[in-house]
Amino acid sequence: MKKKLVALLVLAVLAFFPLVVKDNYYRHLMILFLMWVVIGSAWNLIAGYTGQVSFGDAAFFGSGAYAAGLLSTHLQVSAWWGLAIGGFVAVAVGLPFGWICFRMRGAYFALATLALNEVLRHAATIAEGFTGGMVGILIMPSFVSKVPYYYVALALAAFSMLSIHWVVHAKPGYYFVSIREDQDAAESLGIDTHFYKMLSLGIAAFWTGVAGALYMNYMGFIDPEVVFSLHDISIMAILVGIVGGVGTVYGPMVGAFLMVTVQELFRSGFFGLLKYLAIVTGSDALGVLAEAVTGAHVLGFGILVVVVILVLPNGIVGDWPKIRKSVFRMKTAV
Amino acid sequence: MDVFLQTLVAGILKGGLYALIGIGMTLIMGVMGIINLAHGQLMMVAMYITYVLHLAGVDPYISLFVAMPALFLLGCLIQRFLLNPLLKVDTILPENQVLMTVGIGMVLTEIIRFIFKSDYKSVSTGYSNATFFLGNISFSIALGISFIIAIAFTVAMFFFLIKTDIGRSIRATAQDKDAAVLMGVNTGRITIITFGLGSGLVAAAGCLLAPVYYVFPDIGGPFTARAFIITILGGLGSTVGAIFGGVTLGLAESFGATYISMDYENIIGMTIFVLVLLFLPGGFKRLTKI
Repeated sequence: MKKKLVALLVLAVLAFFPLVVKDNYYRHLMILFLMWVVIGSAWNLIAGYTGQVSFGDAAFFGSGAYAAGLLSTHLQVSAWWGLAIGGFVAVAVGLPFGWICFRMRGAYFALATLALNEVLRHAATIAEGFTGGMVGILIMPSFVSKVPYYYVALALAAFSMLSIHWVVHAKPGYYFVSIREDQDAAESLGIDTHFYKMLSLGIAAFWTGVAGALYMNYMGFIDPEVVFSLHDISIMAILVGIVGGVGTVYGPMVGAFLMVTVQELFRSGFFGLLKYLAIVTGSDALGVLAEAVTGAHVLGFGILVVVVILVLPNGIVGDWPKIRKSVFRMKTAV
Repeated sequence: MDVFLQTLVAGILKGGLYALIGIGMTLIMGVMGIINLAHGQLMMVAMYITYVLHLAGVDPYISLFVAMPALFLLGCLIQRFLLNPLLKVDTILPENQVLMTVGIGMVLTEIIRFIFKSDYKSVSTGYSNATFFLGNISFSIALGISFIIAIAFTVAMFFFLIKTDIGRSIRATAQDKDAAVLMGVNTGRITIITFGLGSGLVAAAGCLLAPVYYVFPDIGGPFTARAFIITILGGLGSTVGAIFGGVTLGLAESFGATYISMDYENIIGMTIFVLVLLFLPGGFKRLTKI
């Protein structure tokens, strides 16, 4: 009951956010945050609950984005239909792949997803006549204001979390966890592990594809390097899942919020603070530092991966008791 | 016929290098049971060491003797301070070590990009473009030398693993870690040495590749993928398999580039990967039993 209240409260705050904050920059960040909630929750379902770590979420993200983009360039249909179709295209990519590759376990499956992403990226680059190759796809955004996008993203985030919450608290969810904990034991109890892994992958691919279609509509531009990017999509999805908390429903939300903030901190040089300081104090060293920080957001990501895995392997939500305990202990020691 | 033979020669020469890359990967995979996704990036670091030494006027083949110990040390440090502590961490996902290597790869790439920028550098030597002819078939001298050195390292590695004490300990740890501990093998130390050896071997490959290829920070990713495909092809943890896998991939790539299209060079590897998983899970190891 208390949990439901908190969830409703968060939803209400998010719903009123664009009415209160008029700054387009913060609205943009919030849209990105909501998009990452969708992707992070999807990754968490397949990796956190089912234990099949995916390194290639960008494959599904990109399929969804390209489905939306190609609809509008080839069939002159509004790219918004991509929201409906992109998810199914991603599923159509994911299921045959899963059928073949779920015979591998653990890290080998993870690498197969990586390979899938590489193949799709090269395919999108080579098939110039169909996808536009490296030039990418450019469509006219349908709204100037960010508010409509915000509410679409919010609705998607809410529905994806609801559906995943529902799945993991129903029978399939328990099957997923049993597969994660011990696949052989699950199989010996009569669980069709192949089927349930495919189910989990299907749901995850669907939501990731939908997020990709949203990205196409919102950004208005995609190319293979952007939507099939290993660092900016696949690794980011893993980070969102791991930082927030593996195998928790609300973890990806915390993770998405933190990761979008961190990404933006690096990209903007601590929201322009360093540049401002450099101008105010007139110091060259700070100016150089500001530029260095702006250029180093992938480095920051890499260091974050290393630190998070070493210190918080179950994420902030998953390791919350541990964090609370250590903070509490620190207080009593002082 | 000439085109066919030329492609065959190019593929085999390339395959020798790939074998060297694959052996390092398969060693690490066999002993630790983890996939080192920073493998190509370690090679990239070695290539930059070669590049810096080349600026100072050192021949790439001599810089082998600097790059290999340096990368051996780097590998040992990574295993000691970043990967081994993970064994003690309690977590839901066992793939943490693999993720960690992804993070390490990213950090290495970006640090190098920070220092050297993203520009393509080349380590051009007098023999970079030199060739000699046998009949109508041309042999690249640089690739020929690297093929011979690669074979030498592979053979040395083979005898090291079979004949020496440390080599036996490594194989014992790969076969059964718990049993190895019971026999008095310090497996913690063995994993450190193995990661160092793997890094050293791939460093050798980097030095040999530098004169015939470009050097740039993002070169790591594609080579990590190749190393992985080679190990899947050859069978996990199999040294002989890695050699066959390397040569097969080299041949497939050069035949694909000649007879299909240059564009598909990268896809060919991935296709082989899927085909092997479908029709020969376990790789060549299943055929040769070594």
